[in-house]
Amino acid sequence: MEETLKKKDKILSAADIRTTFHTHGRTVQAVRGVSLYVESGEILAVVGESGSGKSVLMKSVMGLMPDNAEVKADQLTFAGQDMLGMDQEQLRKMRGKEMAMIFQDPMTALNPLKTIGSHLMEVLKRHRGMDKEAAKKEAVAVLNQVGIPSPEKRLGQYPHEFSGGMRQRVLIAMALCCKPKLLIADEPTTALDVTIQAQILDLLKSLQEETGMSIILITHDLGVVASLSHRIAVMYGGLLMEEGTTEEIFYTPKHPYTRALLHAVPKPHSGSKERLEPIPGMAPSLIDPPSGCPFAERCKFACERCTKEIPQYRTYSTTQRALCIYSGEELDHKEGEVESHG
Amino acid sequence: MARYILKRILTAIPMVFLITVLCFALMHFAPYDAIDAMTTPKMSQETINLIKAKYGYDQPVYVQYIRWLDGIMNGNFGYSIVTKQSIASDLAVRLPNTVKLVLPAYLTAYFLAVVLGLLAGANKNKRTDKIIDAISSVGIAVPSFWFAMLLIFALGYKLKILPIVGMHAVGKESSIADFLKHFIMPFLTLTVSFMPANIKYVRSSTLTQFSEDYVMVQRAFGATKSEIMFKHVCKNVLLPVVTRFGMAFRLLITGSIITETVFSWPGVGPYFIKAIQGMDYPIVMIILVLSSTMVILGNLFSDILYCLIDPRIKEMG
Ligand SMILES: Nc1ncnc2c1ncn2[C@@H]1O[C@H](COP(=O)(O)OP(=O)(O)O)[C@@H](O)[C@H]1O
Ligand code: SF4
Ligand SMILES: [Mg+2]
Repeated sequence: MEETLKKKDKILSAADIRTTFHTHGRTVQAVRGVSLYVESGEILAVVGESGSGKSVLMKSVMGLMPDNAEVKADQLTFAGQDMLGMDQEQLRKMRGKEMAMIFQDPMTALNPLKTIGSHLMEVLKRHRGMDKEAAKKEAVAVLNQVGIPSPEKRLGQYPHEFSGGMRQRVLIAMALCCKPKLLIADEPTTALDVTIQAQILDLLKSLQEETGMSIILITHDLGVVASLSHRIAVMYGGLLMEEGTTEEIFYTPKHPYTRALLHAVPKPHSGSKERLEPIPGMAPSLIDPPSGCPFAERCKFACERCTKEIPQYRTYSTTQRALCIYSGEELDHKEGEVESHG
Repeated sequence: MARYILKRILTAIPMVFLITVLCFALMHFAPYDAIDAMTTPKMSQETINLIKAKYGYDQPVYVQYIRWLDGIMNGNFGYSIVTKQSIASDLAVRLPNTVKLVLPAYLTAYFLAVVLGLLAGANKNKRTDKIIDAISSVGIAVPSFWFAMLLIFALGYKLKILPIVGMHAVGKESSIADFLKHFIMPFLTLTVSFMPANIKYVRSSTLTQFSEDYVMVQRAFGATKSEIMFKHVCKNVLLPVVTRFGMAFRLLITGSIITETVFSWPGVGPYFIKAIQGMDYPIVMIILVLSSTMVILGNLFSDILYCLIDPRIKEMG
């Protein structure tokens, strides 16, 4: 009984997603078996350095991968529907309606030759079957909702007449047109100024509260999500390294990579003098991924075992698990050793 | 925007002026000049001087230039040295013949290029694309006179279904059917020569557009393939394509010199070739001036059109 209730609450549930690119005779394993879920009404942050496979994972979920990519999964359920059994046409009809996605660079995301109004009205006509008049009215309403001043006037303007932040708002408005159950925001603020970043994130949070939709917020910056997300999933080298509630990730992180990421986040209350500790080394190549733990090359706890096999998940609570051969406790212990020796 | 257009027009004027100076200078300093064409070594110096005076060649260079320029502006293009005919009235007959051939060929080539280029670009690396791309590569490599010869050999000589030279059969000047018969081969030759480069252009511009972010965004919002193609990509591809029309202005004068010559089409082409061969330099000069002026006008036209249809430029100036 409890099991079914819990399942119902999950808007998205994916098991073992694997995405492989075939280019020029080489294969790139961008996503190497990721399982994750999103509860309805929550903000899940997916965090990881660039190149860790976050965008590919999300595009795989949306069915947006190009022809040279192969997406496999054991399970992909959205709002009770089995997406794996759907054909291209069924997936297309869901996109922009039940699940929407916005992207990193708002400057290039809009067609430069079409007005903001026609961008919005196209979606409304397509998915909600509105006529021109109704679509126009609704477009004004959603522009209002995302905080764009004088929306009637803005409707007739072209993308180049909008700033980056305003364009991202337009894209969010496009996403809101059909009141989707899930909004995937792929680094929506990376291309924007810091002050604008905060405004857009606030907007996303308040829209989430207002509409009750779920949001997957992708970012490479853990600092951004602390006050925003309910849960956090940490990705590295095409794998999910750790997931947990925001509290768990910030206060009791288990995985060495998560810990390293946290060291790289400026602490809001500490003086600006404190130096950030960047993670040494580079993200692994996904062309010939290491056979063992992808983080092994950069992990200060790495031992021989780490390079031999991909570790198993250890579960720490109903919400937290991490992919490391060592438990959190063992790592705490080792950390103590390292510090006392160093 | 109006200011931008005005600025563009104002910069075009000195360019045209410069071209007339350049053409005049080129011809003036050429080793062989109009006087050489009109005189014979046996003539006495007095006779030569008389001829010089008659045509104004005894005046200083700048006076000659100003007279010449003044003539052009008044539609007086001067006279052929060889035939003594008015160049303006020669061109009045020949230019329409060239336009009659080039314009339909260019429009056809452009229309087909847009259709085929979009088709290829939308089916990147699929069979349709590969076939279209291969055909246009071959088309670029094949010289148009060679293709014309092929047509003449097949349709004119072997099958004998089409006349090989001219625009009309003698005595059938008002027959449209007769005109069309003469028209087909040079028309095909020109169309085939204009098309391949344009196909490549449209194709690569389509490919670029399909890789733009907004296409991914449209897909993420559930747009169908044809919506993406016709509501989004097409517009962006056609914008530069339409404005490329300006570049074709020049072709209306000198766009089919080879084809017209091969088929003895009574247009500007054979007239120009003959003038070059006969050192009939006033004709050469006028045609160069007209053709370069068309280049400048064409660019001006392109810029203004761009300005009118691209919302990003409307804001400027
Ligand atoms: N179209 C593609 N073809 C081949 N490889 C790709 C393609 N798109 C992404 N990749 C590879 O997949 C990996 C993950 O990329 P991505 O998901 O964009 O990372 P990020 O976490 O920064 O969003 C990268 O190594 C990238 O090189
Ligand atoms: S498995 Fe080994 S290399 Fe990977 S994170 Fe754990 S300790 Fe580090
Ligand atoms: Mg990304």
